Amino acid sequence: MRAMILKEFRQLRRDKRTVAMLIAIPVILLTVFGYAARFDIKDIKTAVLGPGAESAAAALTEPFEVVIIEESGGDEVARRLLRDGEAVVAVVTGPPPTVYLDGTELFTAQSALRRVDSLPEGVSVEVLFNPELSTTNIMVPGLIGFVLLAIGTIITSLGVVKERADGTIEQLAVMPLRPRDVIIGKIAPYFLVGVFDLVIITILGLLVFDVPFRGSILMFALGGLVFLFVALGFGVLISTVSHTQGEAIQLAIMVMIPQILLSGLIFPLQSMPIGVRWIAYVLPLTYFVMIMRGVFLKATPFDALALPYLALFIMAIVVFGLAVLRFRRDLAPAGRDPGP
Amino acid sequence: MTWGVSRLTVVLGHTSALDGVDLAAEPGRVAAVVGGDGAGKTTLCRVLAGLPIAHEGAVSIPERRRIGYVPATGGVFADLTVAENLDFSGAAHGIKNPVAAAGSLLERTALAPFVDRLAGNLSGGMRRKLAVITAMLHTPELLILDEPTTGIDPVSRSDLWRLIASAASNGATVVVASAYLDEAERAASVTVLHEGRVLVAGAPDEVRGSMPGAVVDTESPADLSRAWRRGARWREWFPDGHPAATAPDLEDVVIVAALREGAS
Repeated sequence: MRAMILKEFRQLRRDKRTVAMLIAIPVILLTVFGYAARFDIKDIKTAVLGPGAESAAAALTEPFEVVIIEESGGDEVARRLLRDGEAVVAVVTGPPPTVYLDGTELFTAQSALRRVDSLPEGVSVEVLFNPELSTTNIMVPGLIGFVLLAIGTIITSLGVVKERADGTIEQLAVMPLRPRDVIIGKIAPYFLVGVFDLVIITILGLLVFDVPFRGSILMFALGGLVFLFVALGFGVLISTVSHTQGEAIQLAIMVMIPQILLSGLIFPLQSMPIGVRWIAYVLPLTYFVMIMRGVFLKATPFDALALPYLALFIMAIVVFGLAVLRFRRDLAPAGRDPGP
Repeated sequence: MTWGVSRLTVVLGHTSALDGVDLAAEPGRVAAVVGGDGAGKTTLCRVLAGLPIAHEGAVSIPERRRIGYVPATGGVFADLTVAENLDFSGAAHGIKNPVAAAGSLLERTALAPFVDRLAGNLSGGMRRKLAVITAMLHTPELLILDEPTTGIDPVSRSDLWRLIASAASNGATVVVASAYLDEAERAASVTVLHEGRVLVAGAPDEVRGSMPGAVVDTESPADLSRAWRRGARWREWFPDGHPAATAPDLEDVVIVAALREGAS
């Protein structure tokens, strides 16, 4: 038995990625759960609108963080601010005085709701976009991104690594195929499967879980396709630094775990300390979740989501571009001398 | 047109994989590259196939569509059938109906009944034959086969050498890397690599004739440092010749070359 244990340790010591996973994953999980896994909301972005907004805003205490004060604003402005994500709570001084809450910010809305319950009689409270504060309604749009990430990252990386492990990537490299033919030919089927999955899981989400779809199909498609490019890019990138399918899966898991935990899919971004929250803003799933919740539940217009789209677009270019460059390096033929 | 390399040097990491290697392979002939593990055979094949490997020295190879290459790792898509493998390679090379085009080769190698079988479900020998047929499909000017017969049963090995000979007789320049010296006897020229350098090179007869000294077949060698087992008997090398000298074969020549290399 001693010999067996010794053998395992020797093998483990040489498998640097597994060792990294055994050490890095617990550290990541502890850090994330310790700092980021919080449902308590400290700051609630609040807009105060209508006559006497200044004095009403002054009366609001923590956790309400007043970010907008408009004496001339009313119900319409309140709805627009919540729809565009500029505030989570909007107080309209009235008459009649009304508090609007953005139901897509589930934990923030619940936290705000507990506090506005203590308001004097006559103040009406309305939860917009997700009046039942349904968890399903906010989870399903984000879960679509998780599924695309899993398919794009794991399946694509496995498919490409298989070529390398089987030695067929060398076969492709010497065939009269241009590197772009090989790259596009290799990725296109996964892209099409990803698009198919995007449509199927969205329809399932709408029909089985009764999630509302209030926004533009074009915006949904644009967000989905750009995100799919990022996911496929991660897959190809992982494959270029992996020698076996096991290595590819390990790396794919390392790419996916932070996205699941830090993207706002499960834990609200507002509850994360800045030291951890910045990580969320470099993860593509964060922007996908923002876009899809906006499109599905709030019919947010494009200009209000331009920033997440831009971030996702830049990530797609960087990740996919890097992946293609590295993949191309494996395929490009060597410079050939004219010969004697 | 003669294809090959001149003063080829390849450094992989901190290791010299090839050091000033020359190889000139002629059309219609088989050039064997022989050597043990780590000799540099695969690196030489990969450079000849035009794969992206940093190197110094001159490399003379045809354009990519005129090269056929079977890597040591396989060369077939295991999850495609025999016919699908041929279809893919044929499509890449612009060959119409590739399965029909490969018909006679498939018949000759007994692969014809298995065209609908997954390549991954073929025996090792059949898979290697399919790889060579696929690489020959577009009648390449330069056919590079990296250890096509390693670990293959004798019948498949014989089939493979028939394929190799037919490619050469159709005018292709064939470079075959092998760990087996007996296979080098079938080639028009042999280049023996050892730790990235050329140990001996030339036509098999020239190589045999170039050996200095003499080899003696004996039951009890006088100097074990110059002797090696051959079956139940020994071979011993005498640098200054010997009256009982026996005709050396390629194995003798290579061992003598290695002994001299070690002594220098």
